[in-house]
Amino acid sequence: MKNRKNSIREGSCIADIAIYLFLVILSVIFIYPLYEVIVCSVSDVNAVVIHNSFLMWPVGFHLEAYKMVLSNKNIWIGFRNTMLYMALGTTFQYIVTVFTAYPLSIRDLWGKKAILIIFTVTMYFSGGLIPYFLLINSLGMYNSIWVLIIPLGVNVYNMIIMRTQFLNLPAELKEAAEIDGAGDITMLFKILIPLSGAVSAVLVLFTAVSYWNMWFDPMIFLTERKLYPIQSVLREILIDDSSVQAAGAGAMNSKLLHNVDTAAVQKLIKYANIVVTTVPILCIYPFAQKYFVKGVMVGSLKG
Amino acid sequence: MTYSFRRSMKQHWKAYCMLLPGLVILILFSYVPMYGLIIAFKNYSPIKGILGSKWVGLRHFSRFFLSSTFPQLLRNTVFLSLYSIVVGFPAPILLALVLNEVRRVMFKKTVQTISYMPYFISTVVVCGIVKAFLAYDGVVNTILNTLFGIQPSSILSNAKLFRSVIVWTQVWQYTGWDSIIYIASLSGIDQQLYESARIDGCSRLRQAWHITLPGIIPTITILLVLRLGSFLSVSTDTILLLYGPMTYETGDVFGTYVYRLGIKGGQYDLTTAVGLAETTVNFALVILFNTLSRKITGTSLW
Repeated sequence: MKNRKNSIREGSCIADIAIYLFLVILSVIFIYPLYEVIVCSVSDVNAVVIHNSFLMWPVGFHLEAYKMVLSNKNIWIGFRNTMLYMALGTTFQYIVTVFTAYPLSIRDLWGKKAILIIFTVTMYFSGGLIPYFLLINSLGMYNSIWVLIIPLGVNVYNMIIMRTQFLNLPAELKEAAEIDGAGDITMLFKILIPLSGAVSAVLVLFTAVSYWNMWFDPMIFLTERKLYPIQSVLREILIDDSSVQAAGAGAMNSKLLHNVDTAAVQKLIKYANIVVTTVPILCIYPFAQKYFVKGVMVGSLKG
Repeated sequence: MTYSFRRSMKQHWKAYCMLLPGLVILILFSYVPMYGLIIAFKNYSPIKGILGSKWVGLRHFSRFFLSSTFPQLLRNTVFLSLYSIVVGFPAPILLALVLNEVRRVMFKKTVQTISYMPYFISTVVVCGIVKAFLAYDGVVNTILNTLFGIQPSSILSNAKLFRSVIVWTQVWQYTGWDSIIYIASLSGIDQQLYESARIDGCSRLRQAWHITLPGIIPTITILLVLRLGSFLSVSTDTILLLYGPMTYETGDVFGTYVYRLGIKGGQYDLTTAVGLAETTVNFALVILFNTLSRKITGTSLW
């Protein structure tokens, strides 16, 4: 890598400039939407109206919209539910993943091939939405939080990654443990899992992110508002334009609503909602990034 | 040598026990719905249940294929999918190739980190931003008006632009993230190839074309086959969040139709038939292109 930097490809200067310019413009495009959302959300409402929501810099610094968002108890309930589903779902999926990956990584286990096929077929073929929906209903899991936990316990893709990791650990190690009398439990918990920390971190992160983003299953299966995860609350506010939801209960008394057209106020509240629910994640991801990148590569090895 | 059943059981009965929960979940939530697919061939009544409902053969299929919505759904799905593959598939490859030319490590890292960012914004929020930005009083209209004098309009309810909105939203969201895998496979290319090419007087563009691109062809092939495996199921969730009656004309695809008529409308048997047709075509496409790719390029999924 190092010698490439100075010895290879001393291309033309113009090409370099074009490349750097292209990437800078691209970065601006990636950042701009969120930047505009943040800028508008803290700006003066009148300025947002005058400039038709196009602001380069914040005009003034107002946190009215944030006060409304944070006084909306649905947001807090949503956060709490998402955290709960994330904790339960991620734990459960991880346990099921190692419990299935381990037996399928044992050399010469009877029936291993057949079971592996049973698992991988589901990656390419499924019953589809409606039969799944009818099944969940007939199991009485409609409006139950378990619909977001139990069926998602098996993630074949993650299982294959975990299994590959177990298989890649040195065979001598496993043999030595076996000679020392290690059974399945000892082998898995004392030897394989402790040596698979990085891959475990990757899988747990991927699952956690998918729980954070989940909106389709909750939309279909959870109709009671007290069960809504944060994405369901956001969907009402951002997509269904539910103004009551956006403003929250105490909003009617706020001085924000007195001076300007409500459409602009609604927009600011929407933007504040976006910032409140997105920026925390965006502050964390650069640090977790190397695990995610690693995860993509681990996954691609199996391909 | 595979152990006998008895020997495996004796030595690894705990391992079999561990396998049990996963296997039960898989059978219950993946295989039972596959069995549920038979309602595509029945007149499903919730009271009679799956078994008790009457067989109607292929009636739902013929009703759907002969209906006036079918040509529209097929056209929308195929157009959107092709559009999405033509624009969205090469985008991360291009980004990876360009990033590969950057020699300043800090700059490269920064651009990469920025490009992953949209992936960490949830789909609901991304669509919320798109909706707000494309509104009549949104920022996109403002910019278009100031720069080109275009009159503001409600972009999201314009059926002609809907496909572009969906495709470019997803390009914005996924290009950076999808480039990771290409960047990883680029780092595996033998650096001596570049050295000798340079000695032979090969320009940078030609190096990229003759060395870099061929070096990642296997990765490209695999990902393309996988992508074709969801050819008919493309971007359903983004569409569901952004479409409306005004844009059904171009935006309604198989996935959204199944959701609207099935989950919302309760026409379970008909929409199961639609879903089954969709999955079958997807499955057939994976097999077809996987075989083709194995024959032509030697790389395949299995």
